[in-house]
Amino acid sequence: MSDSPSASFLPEHPPVTDWVHDFDHTDPVWTDDPFPIWETLRAASPVVHTERFLGCYMPTTYQAVKEIAYDTEHFSSRRVIVRDVRPEISARAPPITSDPPEHKPAKQVLLPPFTPDAMKRLEPRVRAICNELIDEFIADGHCDAAARYTKHIPVRAIAHMLGIPEKDGDLFIKWIHQILELGIKDENEMMSGVREMTGYFMAHLEQRKLAPSDDLISQLLRAKGAGGQPLTDEHVLGSLRLLLIAGIDTTWSAIGSSLWHLARTPADRERLIAEPALIPTAIEEFLRAYSPVTMAREVMKETTISGCPVKAGNMVLLSFPAANRDPAMFPDADKVVIDRKENRHAAFGLGIHRCVGSNLARMEMQVAIEEWLKRIPDFRLDPAGKVTWSEGTVRGPRQLPVLFGKNA
Amino acid sequence: MSKLRIRVDQDKCQGHARCKSLAPELFELDEYGNAHEVGDGTVPAGLEDKAWLAQTNCPEIAIEVTEE
Ligand code: HEM
Ligand code: SF4
Repeated sequence: MSDSPSASFLPEHPPVTDWVHDFDHTDPVWTDDPFPIWETLRAASPVVHTERFLGCYMPTTYQAVKEIAYDTEHFSSRRVIVRDVRPEISARAPPITSDPPEHKPAKQVLLPPFTPDAMKRLEPRVRAICNELIDEFIADGHCDAAARYTKHIPVRAIAHMLGIPEKDGDLFIKWIHQILELGIKDENEMMSGVREMTGYFMAHLEQRKLAPSDDLISQLLRAKGAGGQPLTDEHVLGSLRLLLIAGIDTTWSAIGSSLWHLARTPADRERLIAEPALIPTAIEEFLRAYSPVTMAREVMKETTISGCPVKAGNMVLLSFPAANRDPAMFPDADKVVIDRKENRHAAFGLGIHRCVGSNLARMEMQVAIEEWLKRIPDFRLDPAGKVTWSEGTVRGPRQLPVLFGKNA
Repeated sequence: MSKLRIRVDQDKCQGHARCKSLAPELFELDEYGNAHEVGDGTVPAGLEDKAWLAQTNCPEIAIEVTEE
């Protein structure tokens, strides 16, 4: 189309024919069903390589993923998304883009607001958000659960924590789409998302400086960084950007995949309704089997991983989701076993970059599934609709049409 | 039955909080969410299964369980 508004797009990626030597995590086949691809890659080698994305490795086993996640000397977090381009590093987002020694102090200021106890205090608000959303569509007997339910829970929860209007959520969703999905192939989309988001938060920062409160933005403005100095505005803005980028799509995806599984698996649904105490264990299994988040590293120095040579200048697609499907680590790795007893899954990462929001995400998932099952115990995928999955770094359903109530 | 004792390796723990959710009687978290064993780590009778459950679900392999 000559009048396409996306003239700045890089050339479309050619379809993949040789996954082992030419993998591409933005290929539609991968987006639709990555699991058999990972199996093929794992059977070939613990580390595979593609010339795409200016050169990129992918560890395929739990062991190889773990070795890389723990090795901050050879693998840097300064770039955490595998993209077609590798522009100069501009918008940094500590701690996710930090390496030691600057990582630890940047992370420590973010941790106290996200402890399990802090999440307990937030839980009633999240429960209310879930019910407000369900109220809007329950009488219809059908809905797109991704658009009407799972999408809004994390946005409203984090907005509530930050002390910004929950209704600004649609803006956040737009910026995140520009940064995480369009940005893989289009630098302009990425920069415009970052710019708008920064402007929005700058205004909130100025407001809090005049009238501090006890929301998360004010807490960050009060926090002391390395050497006991207050954080710079740039640092606070970077952290706020990060909390939105890291906290929304991810949890949206995780809740969505859980509902998708339950829509297709009546036996699991019935069991969780009969034994609600099992829900937290089931949530861990959904996190393992449908891990939403794939990260990246940049190779800084040559080394070997699980016996495979890895050369500087390449990126690494750090697939926690593929690690979590490794049969060497998880018996029946491709089965969803909602009462799985041993589950050291890596959905929230391994090592120093462990997800800051893991306690928040778990609470949101648990509450979202509990409230849905209470009010919509029986539901199924709408055979007339289509489930679609997001492309790239965060995987989850973006359309999830379901039937229930009079249509169940 | 032999007595169990648990210990969280502070260098390995990254605060996934799996232990705290599976065995709240045996672990406590600090303000950053990192775990410590309650008291001297002695596992009271009846909580042995929970100690093992926590150990086998810690993604960082940070929990040691020893039999005395
Ligand atoms: C189910 C939902 C989520 C999943 C699966 C997830 C996954 C991850 C993963 C795998 C990492 C590790 C990154 C790395 O190794 O480079 C990470 C880091 C991070 N996540 Fe999450 N996340 C989720 C939700 C959240 C939420 C709700 C927030 C906050 C509101 C959040 C904030 C962060 C931050 C700040 C980091 C950076 C930590 C660091 O670099 O030390 N995440 N997340
Ligand atoms: S599960 Fe392991 S890493 Fe997580 S808090 Fe407990 S000891 Fe630490």
